[in-house]
Amino acid sequence: MSEPPKERVKYIDTNLNLPYHYYAGDYKALYLRALRDKKILGSRCSKTGKVFVPPVIASPESLAPCDELVELPHRGIVTTFCVVNVPVIGREIEIPYVVASVALDGADVSLYSLIQECAAADVRMGTRVEAVWKPDGERQGDHTDIRYFRPTGEPDAPFESFIHRL
Amino acid sequence: MKRPVAVVGVGQTHHTSKRVDVNVAEMVREAVDRALLDAGLEHDDIDAIVLGKAPDPLEGIMQPEQYLAGALGAHLKPIIRVHTAGSVGCTTALTAATHVASGLYGRILTIAFEKQSEGNAMWALSPNYAFTQPMVAGAGGFFAPYCRAYIARSGAPGHIGAVVAANARENAGRNEYAHLRDPMTVEEALNSMMLWEPIRFLETCPSSDGAIALVMANEDNARRGPRKPAWLKAGATFTEPMYVPGRDQVSPLAGRTCAKWVYDKAGIRDPWNEIQVAEIYVPFSWYEPMWLENLGFAPLNEGWKVVDRGDQKMGRHLPINPSGGVLNTNPIGASGMLRFGEAALQVMGRAGEHQVGGVKTALGHAYGGGAQYFSIGILAAEL
Repeated sequence: MSEPPKERVKYIDTNLNLPYHYYAGDYKALYLRALRDKKILGSRCSKTGKVFVPPVIASPESLAPCDELVELPHRGIVTTFCVVNVPVIGREIEIPYVVASVALDGADVSLYSLIQECAAADVRMGTRVEAVWKPDGERQGDHTDIRYFRPTGEPDAPFESFIHRL
Repeated sequence: MKRPVAVVGVGQTHHTSKRVDVNVAEMVREAVDRALLDAGLEHDDIDAIVLGKAPDPLEGIMQPEQYLAGALGAHLKPIIRVHTAGSVGCTTALTAATHVASGLYGRILTIAFEKQSEGNAMWALSPNYAFTQPMVAGAGGFFAPYCRAYIARSGAPGHIGAVVAANARENAGRNEYAHLRDPMTVEEALNSMMLWEPIRFLETCPSSDGAIALVMANEDNARRGPRKPAWLKAGATFTEPMYVPGRDQVSPLAGRTCAKWVYDKAGIRDPWNEIQVAEIYVPFSWYEPMWLENLGFAPLNEGWKVVDRGDQKMGRHLPINPSGGVLNTNPIGASGMLRFGEAALQVMGRAGEHQVGGVKTALGHAYGGGAQYFSIGILAAEL
């Protein structure tokens, strides 16, 4: 296809930039503050016992309160992943890179995360990984405080243990 | 449907990567004019308008229902806008149908569109929202891990995705409105660049500009029209939250529930043998075998066998996406309505070169969000 004509009347480039001030809510702020302190908090459903991370105040499934906060380990498994060969706008990630669904030990929902410090070809379904954090003093209390996950080198988790809880 | 509802007019634009000759309103108007002409109706015959499109950041047009009211003929008429991400086109058609089934309106004009060339769809769909986990790889990077899990679970051979893509392209070659129509072989698909492994470039939908409009009517109006209507036997939209413990992202429960609900309402017990053609939402090749299972056309982990046998090809047991589908035409907001509208054309017997023979019942399907929204319509030649 031909490029759009660049005549001013027929075509303009423009950007929308709007400032927003979002509030996390006091409950979610507990999670974000914990990230700043290098801790990962989840919440446990009072009805099913399932653990959500990030914590939710009520389960979207059982609708019951999830007001018990639990601290989760910084380790888990790659349940599934893809190797990305498309450059990411606004991010400096060298391609190819891996994005994965990471199930933290003890959590019942997964985080969608980058996997780094290994070749893309070395990531498998079941690879055990650990969080790599921003250094002390640089963490701001947001999701980027965990920079990425990296393989721990431990034996892979068995397929049956995660294939039905991606 | 409590009161019968039918599609009585279908109009779409030719889909392409860049419509530089028209603005959004003009592009949408093309589809509207064609749908009204097809139905043999004028704007005066329309009681209300239902508009659907994907998220506003795609074109950066907020409140498109306001901007487009004039182009849609909404002067002094009710208009509403529907939004359920990628599934929105099908959901919009079903919302329009509900307006008719309610008894409040006799004829509805419903429209869905996208002009992807005016924005950046991949990143408009995955911005960094405050307090949420960053989506670091766009839509393909979000869905590819679930395709990998499907392959691992089902034991599907690696070439199945490329077979889906080549068949979809062959079908698109027969659809004059499709965006990508050049012939493509399985080998070409297999040799194309791996974008989000396991998804290759030629197994990925394009970015398209295009629109589709439908006119839907109650029974009296439908029977008075110039053409054979497509009757909506059943339609439904089901949703599930993104993060639920044990959620099956490969074959989501909301999709299975939606399929069962519409089959029950339409009196379908054996979809594989009672439906003659299906237009399903396949933006990445592997979603074809995945949805064949989710929709109950194949047993769990055996959707790929349908593709391997070729039973989804034109002239075979259950042609899937004779139009060429989303893999070859993807004006996102319109893509779901295209599935619904193409299913309607099939039961009307007016799908042109990609008409399937002997269609009594057809299925139109779409999904959206993180595979969270599912919309299905069952269309039939007879009420």
